[in-house]
Amino acid sequence: MSELLQFLFSGLTVGAVYALVALGFTIIYNASDVVNFAQGEFVMLGGMITWFAHAAGLPLPLAALIAIVATAALGVAINKLAIEPARGAPVVSLIIITIGASVFLQGAAQLVFDKQIHSFPAFSGDTPLRIGGATIQPQSLWVIGGALLVFVGLWLFFTRTLLGRAVLATSNNRLAAQLVGINTNFVMTLSFALSAGIGALAGVLATPITLTAYNVGIGFALKGFAGAMLGGMGNPKGALAGGFLIGLIEALTAGYLSSTYKEAAAFVVILLVLFFMPQGLFGRKSTERV
Amino acid sequence: MLTVEGLRSRYGRIEVLHGIDLHVDSGEIVTVVGANGAGKTTLLRCLSGVQPVSAGQITFRGEPLAGVPAHRRPARGLTQSPEGRQIFTNLTVEENLRLGAFLYSDDRVEKDMQDAFQMFPILREKRNLAAGGLSGGQQQMLAMARALMGRPSCLLLDEPSMGLAPIIVQQIFDVVSGLKALGVTVLLVEQNAFGALKIADRGYVMETGQITMQGPAEELIADPRIREAYLGI
Repeated sequence: MSELLQFLFSGLTVGAVYALVALGFTIIYNASDVVNFAQGEFVMLGGMITWFAHAAGLPLPLAALIAIVATAALGVAINKLAIEPARGAPVVSLIIITIGASVFLQGAAQLVFDKQIHSFPAFSGDTPLRIGGATIQPQSLWVIGGALLVFVGLWLFFTRTLLGRAVLATSNNRLAAQLVGINTNFVMTLSFALSAGIGALAGVLATPITLTAYNVGIGFALKGFAGAMLGGMGNPKGALAGGFLIGLIEALTAGYLSSTYKEAAAFVVILLVLFFMPQGLFGRKSTERV
Repeated sequence: MLTVEGLRSRYGRIEVLHGIDLHVDSGEIVTVVGANGAGKTTLLRCLSGVQPVSAGQITFRGEPLAGVPAHRRPARGLTQSPEGRQIFTNLTVEENLRLGAFLYSDDRVEKDMQDAFQMFPILREKRNLAAGGLSGGQQQMLAMARALMGRPSCLLLDEPSMGLAPIIVQQIFDVVSGLKALGVTVLLVEQNAFGALKIADRGYVMETGQITMQGPAEELIADPRIREAYLGI
């Protein structure tokens, strides 16, 4: 029993990171129908920049803040320099551009920082908390809490604010959005900034547990993407649930079968879900009359 | 209120507007009629700023619109209900209307929404449904209502009758002619020349990117060339 609890804790921790990445996917997808495969690099940058600034002598909270702001600015730069000039290109081309941006960021991080694995201290110490015979790192609670907070914030943003609806409107029909007075370029800038900032936050929260290096981004991107697809692309609720599910499936497979299969298990489940529910668990069927 | 002088526009190397001159005075309903492909929609796209202008000038309420981006034109009182409705299909009817007043967040938004429901009661019934599920006529009503939520002094209406049953077309045209009483100036682009000229004060006939005839609407309806070419009489 305590074994199961232990697996659940570790699944929830890593799932929270995936959920944050999936939420990042959701924002850009909602604004532009583009799946931004550079999302994982934002997580990497969050961790790497925080480590770099902390190692340079800055206090940890300030280092983390710098990392989040700098990564958000990089997200905006990617939009301005790579996505916006290709306006009007098919969505598939834009997705390929984001893959290019991802490769670029990874290469740049290797040059600017280094190829070593890094970490920084956990926020509330390393003394594990004992719950029901299992243990959980205090940092895990930071990660899980962070994912839940970001989810609530985004959910309120998309359902309760006019600007949030303007983001949805922009992805649904860019022409009509302009005609009602929405600055669609600003909406795109905003979504890249938000999305990159949330990715960086995931990196900041997770690094004390998962460690970071220039090449950790792609793994986060794939798992986060899987989580977003599983929950239903574009739906914050789906992203949250999908991310946690992927983490739990991984942890349970690693615990009860073998850690060799943990990657495979997550993807088998996704295949099954998408096979029987192509919209994902929370995706709504698109009804459109023409 | 709206003046267009020597307007030219192109898609790539192909010029589709070859120097359009027209004007719309305050309080008028003016219609531009013409066959499919004459460039009517391109004209409205230029006016709304979503299509590049290669030469000529557009002046709205005394100020040139050149360099004013599309998303800033509604704030000046120029809104468009575009061809093919272009509603936000994933959002509800009410959200579509709310976004029509994206620039505003005062008490008048709620009042305007009630007015829109008054104008099109079916929209009130379906206010919480996804707009993509509406019928063609209901989508057209929503597109017009959304444009009106933007508090236009001049409304650009592109093909509101397209693909609709005659009884709905009549209802739409009735609403358009009623806009005059609300103080909204209308520039109506239509293939349905007869329906449009009947409610308009003045009309322009557009053929392959040029204005070929213009005048008071009743004169155009009576003109034998127009009767033959567009009215099928």
